[in-house]
Amino acid sequence: MSVLLLAEITAGELSLDATAKAVSAAQSLGDVTILAAGETAAAAGDAAAKIDGVSKVLVAEDASLGHRLAEPTAALIASLASDYEHIVAPATTDAKNILPRVAALLDVMIISDATAVVDGATFERPIYAGNAIQTVKSSDAKKVVTFRTANFDAAGEGGTAAVETISAADNPGLSEWVEDKVAESDRPELTSAGIVVSGGRGVGSEEDFALIEKLADKLGAAVGASRAAVDSGYAANDLQVGQTGKVVAPDLYVAVGISGAIQHLAGMKDSKVIVAINKDEEAPIFQVADYGLVADLFQAVPELTDKLG
Amino acid sequence: MKVLVPVKRVIDYNVKVRVKADGSGVDLANVKMSMNPFDEIAVEEAIRLKEAGKADEVVAVSIGVKQSQETLRTALAMGADRAILINAADDVHTDIEPLAVAKLLAKVVEEEQPGLVITGKQAIDNDMNATGQMLSAILGWSQAAFASEIDIEGDSAKVTREVDGGLQTISVKMPAIVTADLRLNEPRYASLPNIMKAKKKPLDEKTPADYGVDVTPRLEVVKTEEPAERSAGIKVGSVDELIEKLKEAGAV
Repeated sequence: MSVLLLAEITAGELSLDATAKAVSAAQSLGDVTILAAGETAAAAGDAAAKIDGVSKVLVAEDASLGHRLAEPTAALIASLASDYEHIVAPATTDAKNILPRVAALLDVMIISDATAVVDGATFERPIYAGNAIQTVKSSDAKKVVTFRTANFDAAGEGGTAAVETISAADNPGLSEWVEDKVAESDRPELTSAGIVVSGGRGVGSEEDFALIEKLADKLGAAVGASRAAVDSGYAANDLQVGQTGKVVAPDLYVAVGISGAIQHLAGMKDSKVIVAINKDEEAPIFQVADYGLVADLFQAVPELTDKLG
Repeated sequence: MKVLVPVKRVIDYNVKVRVKADGSGVDLANVKMSMNPFDEIAVEEAIRLKEAGKADEVVAVSIGVKQSQETLRTALAMGADRAILINAADDVHTDIEPLAVAKLLAKVVEEEQPGLVITGKQAIDNDMNATGQMLSAILGWSQAAFASEIDIEGDSAKVTREVDGGLQTISVKMPAIVTADLRLNEPRYASLPNIMKAKKKPLDEKTPADYGVDVTPRLEVVKTEEPAERSAGIKVGSVDELIEKLKEAGAV
């Protein structure tokens, strides 16, 4: 019983946190072999070899494996698949791009965003944006799974797995990289940030959304928004947290002027600590908040920004 | 160029999801259903391509229960030219898995020969985020998942993708599969005259057997549960008290 785990590598660098969390999720499934694939991946492979519980690392370096392109990496994984019963990865945008393609190449179903491993064929996963948890049992010979990293602790470091170099599969030559546009701000990315500060309709205007940004910058946080704030034009659509936006589970989530519609709660209720600031004490957001402050946000938020750190 | 747009009928995003008492799934009987929001964005994009003269026909396809007709009529009212319904289930609680959907869509693609398939990046019911990628694998086509911009230039398309940490632009060979993310566009509302007109547009009905595709699920649903409730928190009286509590909890 062995597991092939696609390491999360961006521009040659290993995302240790996401990869180590996936290793911990995959541990009970069998011996874990990590695949480090990229235009440059050797250093990332060496870093992955130090993760506890990894028995082997395969490094594949080729220009076709860079820039997150799904087709060449999926072809490589499919070519290695005969040696493994499980093919897994952390549920990042890259893995969600690649693994369903792998699953279809192998004629098996994908199990996306697994939050718990019940046994080698059975996994828990959220459906309806986390409003229900479904346990599914696969009848496929191979299981292709992405793990939602917020639900697993990272495996430690101290391992000394052997590193082996392999070659890439033939490049199907279907797509080419043009350019990357990394987020303009220095703020962390919404889905992986440790702290998220979100604003809702209560913020009232695009100009006043700066209050949310200032608090976020003070906390080193990502900025989020409710759908109501996005629909009202106060914030960009890519900041939307909720069922039709991004699902986040940071250590701290600060909801400002957000009433707490179901569709918003679906996107943030797995956060470790939730703070709500709202002048309406009946707002549903207070039912999920660990710390609720009934106050006018235009006074409370600048005061909070001022007094923090 | 013909554009094929797969759309799914799902629970309306404003409806509170209730897990059935027997743990077999989510209660969908007598619940408001709508087009999957990401698929609405896909339909809108296809119609805009037609309006811009880059596409000449938009075909919507849905796989599921008979009632998915309503979803297809919505797509037709938005501006799609015709629709195909593949009747694959009798019970509204039966979800056809992405792998089976992708296999059926591959057959539709063989028949229809579209130059582009645009679909939502995921359905808000099973949240699998897989159909587009799987279809692309089965057809051996290029894939551009999580698109926020599509620019067709002859036999290739420049697609900007939403990825962790920012945006990426790739160039994909046509024919291609693109999956729509939230920022791609804001879908229009169908006008009343267009809703009336949509009733007269062609809607073909098929079954999986017509395509020789087995839709037997690969995943057995063992159980469906409510997520763990969050324990009730406390109200704090001031910003100072909030900061104190957050420091105690090690959150700041």
